[in-house]
Amino acid sequence: MSERMALTGNDSAAYALKQINPDVVAAYPITPQTELMHKFAAYVADGDVKTEFVTVESEHSAMSAVVGASLAGARTCTATSANGLALMWEILYIAASCRCPIVMPVINRALSGPINIHCDHSDTMGARDAGWIQLYSENCQEAYDNTIQAVRIAEHPDVRLPVMVCLDGFILSHTLESLETSDDQTVQNFIGEFERPDNLLNVDHAETFGAFALQNYYFEFKKQQADAMVNAVAVVQGIGSEYGTLTGRPYDLLEPYRCDDADVVLVGLGSTMGTAKQAADDLREEEGLKCGVLKVRCFRPFPGEQLCQALKDVPMVGVMDRAISFGLGGPLFHEVRSARYDAAGPMMNFIYGLGGRDLSLDDAGEVFRTLARAGESGRAEPTVSYVGVRE
Amino acid sequence: MATTNLKKLSDMPELLSGGHAACPGCAGPVAIRQILLAAQQDDVYVVAGIATGCMEVSTTVYPNSAWRVPLVHNAFENVAATISGAEAAYRSLKKQGKYDKKVAFLAIGGDGGTYDIGLQSLSGALERGHDFTYICYDNEAYMNTGIQRSGATPKGAFTTTAPAGKVEPGKRQVKKDLTAIVAAHEVPYAAQASPHRPRDLMKKVQKAVGIQGPCFLNVLSPCPRGWRYPPDQSMQMCKLATDTCVWALYEIEDGKLTVNYKPKQKQPVRDWLKSQGRFRHLFAPQNEYLIEEIQQDVDRRWQRLLALEAMDKGQ
Repeated sequence: MSERMALTGNDSAAYALKQINPDVVAAYPITPQTELMHKFAAYVADGDVKTEFVTVESEHSAMSAVVGASLAGARTCTATSANGLALMWEILYIAASCRCPIVMPVINRALSGPINIHCDHSDTMGARDAGWIQLYSENCQEAYDNTIQAVRIAEHPDVRLPVMVCLDGFILSHTLESLETSDDQTVQNFIGEFERPDNLLNVDHAETFGAFALQNYYFEFKKQQADAMVNAVAVVQGIGSEYGTLTGRPYDLLEPYRCDDADVVLVGLGSTMGTAKQAADDLREEEGLKCGVLKVRCFRPFPGEQLCQALKDVPMVGVMDRAISFGLGGPLFHEVRSARYDAAGPMMNFIYGLGGRDLSLDDAGEVFRTLARAGESGRAEPTVSYVGVRE
Repeated sequence: MATTNLKKLSDMPELLSGGHAACPGCAGPVAIRQILLAAQQDDVYVVAGIATGCMEVSTTVYPNSAWRVPLVHNAFENVAATISGAEAAYRSLKKQGKYDKKVAFLAIGGDGGTYDIGLQSLSGALERGHDFTYICYDNEAYMNTGIQRSGATPKGAFTTTAPAGKVEPGKRQVKKDLTAIVAAHEVPYAAQASPHRPRDLMKKVQKAVGIQGPCFLNVLSPCPRGWRYPPDQSMQMCKLATDTCVWALYEIEDGKLTVNYKPKQKQPVRDWLKSQGRFRHLFAPQNEYLIEEIQQDVDRRWQRLLALEAMDKGQ
């Protein structure tokens, strides 16, 4: 049974968490994640979930507590944004290394400084090497769907890694949208029971978790993590397709939009892909410009092979980055370009939307036109440019 | 029934095995063995967390572990938060009928991981009221990383980051009173103990484990390397610390303070300072004024404890 509901991004993630009904949630408030946790706290207060809700004194402790709970055999979730994610940074790596299948909605927000509460991807981009799977959501429906799928992906025996479900702060978190939800039992059947037999509470078989591994073992731990990330590619695809059978909304690593005959394609993450799709439609109709969009849903593991396949016949590719790797350019651009090294045509990088600056349809249209001009002239310069910034 | 009968305890299986890599003479494993034996009795199982530090690095070198109880190590500053998560998982699974054993949760950290970098995590876990016992083994500096000063290092001590030099006499600041800070959280039980009095230490552990809510034990843990004394003298150091009242054995139960050991003849702090190389420079003429200051600090703290005890007894 599905039901249509009007939910914000925060509400949709909170509703998914309610239906997941985790054993333990530990969280600390930070804008724009706050309303997600208000909602969840209300579910706890009303007895709608069985969850032990641990209201910690910092995000560092939130991540530390869910690691402790996960190792004790509990299904665990938390949520955060920006500086909160940065404060967790040390423990993100430990969570991944201890193979804790924690699910964490991250409501994307710009990192300080200057302090800013609005959307960009500098927070989760900074955590891209932490060993977490990262799924990005274009709208509130995807935030809901990704949160439910994240449980299965994280806990899959071939994976056992934590998952960040990224959704754009304010743009999604505070925007009401009409979306389809499944009923509680359908969600429970889909995610199944969490079992971790080797756990801290297994007192008859005492184990040490988080041991000190030196030159002779550390590398093997890391290799196993790397292998799990490789395994995650097929798992993300398999679960996305299974979810599609269940709900009529299939998911993959990437979502190509009108790419087949496109002369120019924009690659990017999150809610801006909705704007880009609209701009592509408009430009195709009004200017005859063959535009396409390639949305990266799964950024970690990075679907390089699938991405090259999707872009193989595209003459001119632009990559939209809502974060800067200072001294380099946009992180997504560099990963896409690196993945396409062997087969690459020219590419351009557009940095946009930092600190919540809006990317208008006109801006997106201009990016497409820039790509088209570069395609015609054969000169993709400058490689990195900034959309909507005052010089 | 839980016992502190030493003969009975000596027949029980050790929960921290030999073969670990702690330095010769280290008091840490002595204290931890007593603590684990006292905590895990009858139908109560211990699940422990440990902060990064001497005891962690020396007992958990993969693929070996000296721990015969389940142990989690997460990071340096977060053992209290980590154990609060494990304890929340335990409550959740119990509530759902998925787990039926009785577990005592211990969080163990050194002074660096407790007085300093882990203070916020500890404070949060105490305030939230998790059912666990935090144990600080206090060796009065960052020993594992090479004897750097911590908030627990006493005034006048030589450390590698507050060395005694031509113009500096070692650490200038007094030791933070962590047990008082913990007690200010209005926890049901907070105490100081020492492994040279095992019965007192173990009784305190059993009390803490038996009490619902967050409890705290601060255990003196002399370090031959950092304090500069022969490795066979650790228990004598403990005794001297309590006889000079540098380290007081006391407990605060439901807000009432009891001093558990009062030396018949309080020894001068000079005897304590003389016993350890880390204080040697204090006996140079230009530093000797510090010995008097340290004596005054110790006297003031001791008198305050006695006064608090008298007040709580309504005298």
